[in-house]
Amino acid sequence: MKLKLNIWRQKNREDRGEFVTYHLDDVNSHMSFLEMLDVLNQQLIEKGEQPVAFEHDCREGICGACGLVINGYPHGPEEGTTTCQLHMRHFKDGDEITIEPWRSKAFPVVKDLVVDRSSLDRLMQHGGFVSIRTGSAEDANNTLIPKEKSDLAMDAAECIGCGACVASCPNGAAMLFVSAKVSHFALLPQGQPERKRRAIQMVQAMQDEGFGACTNYRECEAVCPKRISINFIGMLNREFIKASVLSGAEKGGKYRSK
Amino acid sequence: MKLDANIPEGPIEKKWENYRDKVALVSPANKRKRKIIVVGTGLAGGSAAATLAELGYDVEAFCYQDSARRAHSIAAQGGINAAKNYQNDGDSIWRLFYDTVKGGDFRSREANVYRLAEVSNLIIDQCVAQGVPFAREYGGKLANRSFGGAQVSRTFYARGQTGQQLLLGAYSALIRQVAAGKVKMHPRTEMLDLVLVDGRARGIVTRNLETGKVRSFSADAVILATGGYGNVFYLSTNAKGSNATAIWRAYKRGAGFANPGFVQIHPTCIPKTGDYQSKLTLMSESLRNDGRIWVPKKKNDKRPANEIPESDRDYYLERRYPSFGNLVPRDVASRAAKNMCDEEHGVGLTGLGVYLDFADAIKRLGEQAVRERYGNLFEMYERITGEDPYKVPMRIYPAIHYTMGGLWVDYNLMSNIEGLFVLGEANFSDHGANRLGASALMQGLADGYFIIPYTLGRYLANIGYDDLDVSHSAFSDAEHQVTERISSLLAIKGKQTVDTFHRRLGEILWDNCGMSRTEQGLKDAIEKIAAIREEFWSDLRVPGTDRDLNQELEKAGRVADFIELADLLARDALERRESCGGHFREEFQTEEGEALRDDENFTHVAVWEYGGDGAEPVRNVEPLQFENVKLTQRSYK
Repeated sequence: MKLKLNIWRQKNREDRGEFVTYHLDDVNSHMSFLEMLDVLNQQLIEKGEQPVAFEHDCREGICGACGLVINGYPHGPEEGTTTCQLHMRHFKDGDEITIEPWRSKAFPVVKDLVVDRSSLDRLMQHGGFVSIRTGSAEDANNTLIPKEKSDLAMDAAECIGCGACVASCPNGAAMLFVSAKVSHFALLPQGQPERKRRAIQMVQAMQDEGFGACTNYRECEAVCPKRISINFIGMLNREFIKASVLSGAEKGGKYRSK
Repeated sequence: MKLDANIPEGPIEKKWENYRDKVALVSPANKRKRKIIVVGTGLAGGSAAATLAELGYDVEAFCYQDSARRAHSIAAQGGINAAKNYQNDGDSIWRLFYDTVKGGDFRSREANVYRLAEVSNLIIDQCVAQGVPFAREYGGKLANRSFGGAQVSRTFYARGQTGQQLLLGAYSALIRQVAAGKVKMHPRTEMLDLVLVDGRARGIVTRNLETGKVRSFSADAVILATGGYGNVFYLSTNAKGSNATAIWRAYKRGAGFANPGFVQIHPTCIPKTGDYQSKLTLMSESLRNDGRIWVPKKKNDKRPANEIPESDRDYYLERRYPSFGNLVPRDVASRAAKNMCDEEHGVGLTGLGVYLDFADAIKRLGEQAVRERYGNLFEMYERITGEDPYKVPMRIYPAIHYTMGGLWVDYNLMSNIEGLFVLGEANFSDHGANRLGASALMQGLADGYFIIPYTLGRYLANIGYDDLDVSHSAFSDAEHQVTERISSLLAIKGKQTVDTFHRRLGEILWDNCGMSRTEQGLKDAIEKIAAIREEFWSDLRVPGTDRDLNQELEKAGRVADFIELADLLARDALERRESCGGHFREEFQTEEGEALRDDENFTHVAVWEYGGDGAEPVRNVEPLQFENVKLTQRSYK
């Protein structure tokens, strides 16, 4: 098939950036979307032009590195699919495809389609863990966890941290990401001791990092490649409210001094 | 080259315990004064950085990805082994040890493997305590599944995303230490050289992948946990960024490279479809628990799978290996698939594929149960191929997956360079000539959580303190070499792209150093690799500059190293004149076509020593002693 591609080109963080149009012939329908971009890049290099920078790594839909806004949809039009797992059989000859980076205040563009998502790592520093030292664990089967709860925690834990939820949200909220982490731990006995301070501090950190607030657009759930449910956002809200009404000491100390 | 494995005295069950009882310790006040560099943040590096920081060391951690959470351990699907014997099916530490040594075709070091089996149980405890949501039974206890090469059910799993969940566990421990100020994290940073001062590893030279800035870091010890080198084959199940540069640079600084020819080819991957193919996708080995592998009995049978009656199907693994059936180890399953395709029984457009069929499992368990076990894998298969495996059998073919070879380490996980430790897939220690499924995760976490904290302390307790920093000339010299090399890559200004070279290199290796190898093929490969190397350095085109994010430049440096490593891989395969595990030399096979070892001449680790630019590498030997396990012809019949 033949394709017309409108791709966002931006030299660096300071550059204004612009769309540039490319034409690509002989696209095979078994190719993945990123393989299609590989082919484009080989042609650009051979012509002496700069290839398009984009992020990718495992190409199996699990590392969360890739992420392009394709025709307005983060990760493209297929439901429950990362960009690397999107295949060209979902497009047809003559299609015009617009490709952009994640666009959100908390994700500055680094180059072309590559963005800086370190804000997600910083959110995790405010309680995205269970404080357990190596070697201090008891026998694994001493902790009984009902299968249903464990399965639900796993549904939340499947988040790959790609940031599509933020990119899709008109408010640029990271609620789905944070709610997945908070819910994963709130559902398990291991997460109980730090449950309250985790909810309060991760929500606070979200505001500090420049993410927006949730107003129930539900775009995040629609684009999430792992189909994380917004029910977890409801769970996060409940966790946050319950924790907020507590007195200072019950909320627990801070994870970071800043 | 001095190769002392430093195996502790005593009976094998007591070695690690004795070691820990007697090992020198570093006091809390002194730990603070020690700086440790950890390169790579996968299961081995992430768990090591977190644990060492918890202990009080000052840690600097590096990864090339934009976040530590994306290291390729994340893609491991099926599970992690441990000798818990929760199933009451006869498992024990001894049995896990024995299975691993046998699975590795008796080419691994007994003491290391025993220790691995010993700490396997602690890993499960630790991960559960971190909140890793392993699969559970209705009573609330942990569930297990079976994996290849074992007759017990000892694999713990989290759907088909066990690696992801374990890595997120290690990452959460790491990020906790980042928050506490004990780990300084350097993402998007690539290690480009190792710095030695007075014969000890004292730091690294890195390049910031966004700004291009080359910068040195000094430390009291350097830990490499940078994964395997499977991408030398271009097409593999590794992440696109996975590379050998860190271990290759260390090799060129004097670290021994052990068994580079031991490469694992995984039997169940989605077959290649075209020249544009950028990677191969694994379908977890756990699928072989319930899937049955078959090919049409008739040659070149082009009928669709569901039109081929039972009587015309050959379930060749069940036929040839009745006691292990579809759960034979990976090397055996891969070779059998290749044989079937060589004899024109292969399926799919290319004829390079066999069926992995779930029809019986769906009949026996119901579609829902199968969906619960493998749902995400089936979905992934359908996304890639456009075929629904609930309705038609999967088509699979072997692909490069894991490298058992790696930098040589002793019992302390220290290389022959003092102060250079190597963990996880980057070292060679535990899997011999073939790794069993669900053992990579076990090894990575064993090394990082439970072994390096002791062995690193032993090293540090015995060396003095100094105020060495990056102003030492060893750092500026190394930095200079790194910048020179980057400039020379950019200065070639030839016609061919990095990928063109990498693909061609991969084809040479796959054809000559893949599932079956011959003396002539390996000699040809060495010649062809030399020719590619020359062409690479005269006709490579790298666009852009070294002052910003330049993905082509990153790849160019890695491929330059892969080309050199490929030569060593072929040499190692050539010199090992026997077949064992994943290393199959056609000249050495039993009448039934199984790998034929030569224990008399090759019960050793081949450790290669860099001979200098243009000079031949030197092959050294660490003899392997088997005091607890009897060497036998591996049989899975």
